[in-house]
Amino acid sequence: MRRIISVLLENEPGALSRVVGLFSQRNYNIETLTVAPTEDETLSRLTVTTTGSDRVIEQITKQLNKLIEVVKLVDLTEGSHIERELMLIKLKASGSQRAEIKRTVDIFRGQIVDVTSTVYTVQLAGDSDKLDAFIQAVGTTGVLEVVRSGVSGIARGEKVLSI
Amino acid sequence: MELLSGADMLIRSLQDEGIEYIYGYPGGAALHIYDALFRQDKVKHILVRHEQAAVHMADGYARASGKPGTVLVTSGPGATNTITGIATAFMDSIPMVVLCGQVASTLIGEDAFQETDMIGVSRPVVKHNISVRHPSEIPEVIRKAYYIAATGRPGPVVVDIPKDMTTPNERYEYEYPKKVKLRSYNPAIRGHAGQIRKAAEMLLAAKRPIIYAGGGVVLGKASEQLTDLAHMLGHPVTNTLMGIGSFPASDKQSLGWLGMHGSYESNMAMHHSDLILAVGARFDDRVTNATEKFCPGARIIHIDIDPASISKTVEADVPIVGPVDSVLKELIALVKESKAKPDNDALKAWWKQIDEWRAFHGMRYEKSDTYIKPQEVIEALHRLTNGDAYVTTDVGQHQMFTAQYYKFNKPNRWINSGGLGTMGFGLPAAMGVKLSYPDDDVICVTGEGSIQMNIQELSTCKQYNLPVKVVNLNNQALGMVKQWQDMNYESRHSQSYMESLPDFIKLAEAYGHVGIRIDRKEDLEPKLKEAFAMKDKLVFIDIYVDPHEHVYPMQVARGSMKDMWLSKTERV
Repeated sequence: MRRIISVLLENEPGALSRVVGLFSQRNYNIETLTVAPTEDETLSRLTVTTTGSDRVIEQITKQLNKLIEVVKLVDLTEGSHIERELMLIKLKASGSQRAEIKRTVDIFRGQIVDVTSTVYTVQLAGDSDKLDAFIQAVGTTGVLEVVRSGVSGIARGEKVLSI
Repeated sequence: MELLSGADMLIRSLQDEGIEYIYGYPGGAALHIYDALFRQDKVKHILVRHEQAAVHMADGYARASGKPGTVLVTSGPGATNTITGIATAFMDSIPMVVLCGQVASTLIGEDAFQETDMIGVSRPVVKHNISVRHPSEIPEVIRKAYYIAATGRPGPVVVDIPKDMTTPNERYEYEYPKKVKLRSYNPAIRGHAGQIRKAAEMLLAAKRPIIYAGGGVVLGKASEQLTDLAHMLGHPVTNTLMGIGSFPASDKQSLGWLGMHGSYESNMAMHHSDLILAVGARFDDRVTNATEKFCPGARIIHIDIDPASISKTVEADVPIVGPVDSVLKELIALVKESKAKPDNDALKAWWKQIDEWRAFHGMRYEKSDTYIKPQEVIEALHRLTNGDAYVTTDVGQHQMFTAQYYKFNKPNRWINSGGLGTMGFGLPAAMGVKLSYPDDDVICVTGEGSIQMNIQELSTCKQYNLPVKVVNLNNQALGMVKQWQDMNYESRHSQSYMESLPDFIKLAEAYGHVGIRIDRKEDLEPKLKEAFAMKDKLVFIDIYVDPHEHVYPMQVARGSMKDMWLSKTERV
């Protein structure tokens, strides 16, 4: 099953490599990984999406918790949550294609953020499935380049991950 | 406040931490530190002949004393040579601090002479590692390193110290921190009361219970509580290889140790039990055999300081995260005040069954008229030392024979590399013990394969007068490898035979020690006596043992706990 694990990490050199190293040492999957400092500059927030049986996921969270620099973590998929991923995608756009692509971008509530006579660069945010669906909708033949941020997530409602 | 250089702060911090001995080897990046060491006499340094041995010395000391060991080495090869030792300590949760020199911070990343990314290289085999980024941080870093190493589930901590952090003419205010606070590291201080209550009820209701005690009981200094609880309940106790000594082997409730080469009765009792109380053990693959066939009728209570050890390989029914001593104390109190009493009829029937297993096949071996049996050497050692010696081993058949036939009644005396299985561990570990326990018998039981992996330390023994007794069970082959080849590869002895063994007697003498060869049965006891009578000498006792002997019992691969070979021909 796919899980989204959110981690508060000491914002120190080497801390990220411990997390990444743990996944490879113990043969766990990383599907996406995002990390950036939080409003408290001593902390980084890291989101990792992974897959595994319940037992593997339990081990992943326990092993992460053992890392000295991990301050706190939560498996967001255990409760209701919001997940977002940002995609920048460069599409071939000339002649009659231009209007069709623009329509599709609007339907997906994306934005064209850069334009040349033959290329649109589109920005799109949403859950990972929505980004996949957009790529499918525009057809892979027109896609010149894709860059995705990986998933960030947050719990719904009053629940917060903070110290 | 006093102003000190980084190097002086480092040594002062060790003094303030109460460190008596450090084991190490100097080199370029560590020279400021070695100079600071020279200008004081509180912290004593032991110069080994190879850095790996320094780590095993620190490890042996830590296992015997329960306190963290300390290592000091230089950057690059000095640091990388410690890795096997660090991994050994990591697998067995041994507290230790390894101080590594590093090239100057201005050179890091430039492939400087003797530069290695020790933080990166050691990361998978340490509890934590820390790089010093400013000299003024040193006291805090050292305090933190010992705190992390020794608390919670213990383990090795590496401190990487770039040379410019120890420059002699840059001085900073020195104050050793009294306390450490880490917001991200808070080991459990007691177990969950509700879970402990549930465990107590289950223990009192059990009909075929067994207590399965691991290295965590030794590390958590909980032998006394374990023994008390076992006596109150009347339950049988089995130990893991790492837990040997945590419950007295001579106690009638002891079934010996369990697993691949454990006793018949302990493996049988585990398999047929209805309740397992696991204390500071981790259901290692050398214990469980095939996990899907593991103890089908048993419910499991698992006490451990490390939540990640619980339900890792085998699901626990009642997990209890906490220090084993405090959890056991609470269990004892609950059992004492409980109205429910153990089911004596059921326990009687259970003990009857266990006694039948014992009678069928207790720990035993076939004697020989021609050969000295390795097992009888260990029995003789046990007699000669009243079962009271500190015994280290290397890895292989000799290790298993020692664990089987030296009956340990006290914790911290059985010292082996259980998790990583590191050949070359025994001699330096024994040296670490002897240094701190000069009046006790310290024996390194080894084999002619293992001893050659750190034999250079005989030189260190001479320099510091460390009269350990080295008992070399010489079967002229890598015995355990050969045994597996006999059993699984139709006796094709691929690379398990050593053709040109040195003359160990001359070798011992060359290093300034005494060598004794024993190759006749009738000489065994008298010559061992002679060796042990030389209290102030390192005696290397080279004993020619039966080269065909196998270690039994041995669990059948991929079977359940009860599937074992009992000899070359009997399988149950």
